[in-house]
Amino acid sequence: MQYVLEVESLKKTFDGFVAVDGISFRVSHGECFGILGPNGAGKTSTIRMIYGFSPITSGNIKVFGLSISQGWRTIKSRIGVCQQDNNLDPDLTVLQNLEIFARYFDMPKDQALHRADQLLKFIALDNRKNSTVTDLSGGMMRRLVLARALINNPDLLILDEPTTGLDPQSRHQVWNKLEDLRAKGLSVLLTTHYMEEASRLCDRLVIMDRGRILVEGKPMDLIKEHVGQDVIEVAEPGDELQKYIRSGSMVYEDLGHRLIIYGHEGEKLFRTISDEYCKEGCILRMATLEDVFLKLTGRELRE
Amino acid sequence: MASPRISKRFVRVWQRNLTVYQKMWKILFLPPLLEPLFYLLAFGVGLAVMVGGVYYRGSEVSYVSFIAPALIAINIMYNAFFENTYASFVRMYFQKTFDAMMATPLSLEEIITGEIMWGATKSVIATAIMLAVVSLFGLVKYPEGLLIIPLAFLGGVAFGAIGMFFTSIVKTIEMFNLPIFLFVTPMFLFSGTFFPLENLPLWAQKLALAFPLTHLVKLTRSFSLGLIDSALLWSCAYLLLFCLIWFPLAISGMRHRLIK
Repeated sequence: MQYVLEVESLKKTFDGFVAVDGISFRVSHGECFGILGPNGAGKTSTIRMIYGFSPITSGNIKVFGLSISQGWRTIKSRIGVCQQDNNLDPDLTVLQNLEIFARYFDMPKDQALHRADQLLKFIALDNRKNSTVTDLSGGMMRRLVLARALINNPDLLILDEPTTGLDPQSRHQVWNKLEDLRAKGLSVLLTTHYMEEASRLCDRLVIMDRGRILVEGKPMDLIKEHVGQDVIEVAEPGDELQKYIRSGSMVYEDLGHRLIIYGHEGEKLFRTISDEYCKEGCILRMATLEDVFLKLTGRELRE
Repeated sequence: MASPRISKRFVRVWQRNLTVYQKMWKILFLPPLLEPLFYLLAFGVGLAVMVGGVYYRGSEVSYVSFIAPALIAINIMYNAFFENTYASFVRMYFQKTFDAMMATPLSLEEIITGEIMWGATKSVIATAIMLAVVSLFGLVKYPEGLLIIPLAFLGGVAFGAIGMFFTSIVKTIEMFNLPIFLFVTPMFLFSGTFFPLENLPLWAQKLALAFPLTHLVKLTRSFSLGLIDSALLWSCAYLLLFCLIWFPLAISGMRHRLIK
């Protein structure tokens, strides 16, 4: 089977509010696929329909070639889900969290213990087996949620904002673990609003906003296509510079106190600008996915 | 063909609660052990002196053996009702335990069934302990008294199911005060628990027949006094009907609340 996940014209409405507005995408076997978008873009709604938590308004979802309405139990027994909330079981210890979760999958006890042992080593919590989960740090909890999602040896791992709210150290540790899994050929579906996370982990991604997919592609291709190679940022641009920029055919964004210029031959332009218009507060950097994201979804707050 | 929404996998949810219970059993088994002792001391020693005997179903029984089975019935109600209101609400709302379960092969229907079955199991555990305690005072007639154990399960499902229904509609945990004040407390007092139903005015007697606890008390009392007759089947049927109504309502209420 070629695709682990096929989403077709998927739509979700809540009392007239359209959360997901006819999106389609496919995830191949062994691929890490990202869904990016600002708050309220419809990422979580999409993911929840994929793992059978919320019913589909219209459209189609196939996981492992099975439709979710028919094969929900088979699908759910073959996927691992890391939800956004840390919904570990606070009444149980670290080890019990894995053990009892394995029971939900009808896994025999010795097999569950063996698997839990492996996973606790994998996430470096094997020395905290008998701790209560409320005694763990945020990063440890997140790793345990990840381990719990892997208890059934899933064929598709679904991660809903896996590193939101973590400190940089913990975040990098989670990324490390996810890269390990990816290297082993696990198919992954991930939502995030951290661009660094998406660039680092995703083979392919979509950027969503207001329930629709704006673009789809490989991170590097999207950057090249939508913002070019380089970005020049000028803090507090003077009138002269503003005039110069407007006269050319440059792609730029004027944020008032900051001017952002996108382009392919940034170095030459940067020299001109820094020599003639501003001596400081002017930088040249590589274009990132964040530039693409902000360019496409706009800069206004989403609350 | 689609998988059925309810399978025997609901046992996994029940097992989860049992595991948690086993961790804390030393604390959890104390209330059903001590509570009947307190009640029997207060009512049996303190109040019985003033009350003397009670005329029940044609014969006079001591006040203590009149209320002992009622205390068991009340405990059946409390255990299941509180488990499937406060405790289930905490799991659902604060701990997000149900959300986590729903990302596994469990269905919502199985989660709720497992919860209600667990509530009924707690009723059975508490009943077994209480029954042992009151039997030490010679207040239960055997073997008829043993029927109270399976009855505890039936009563537990009835009160657990309606408790779960309230859990599906309350906005905050404080709102459970309402069903407790309007439903549980009146039943506690007016279900033939501490005095015979016949002492109430006729209209109130008729009203009390709608209370599931009235029927549960009637059954526990008849079993513990060894007064078995076919009329008791009506009370069993009422409890069964109560389950058959509130169990599906609890599930559809929860579906409405959690599945968006």
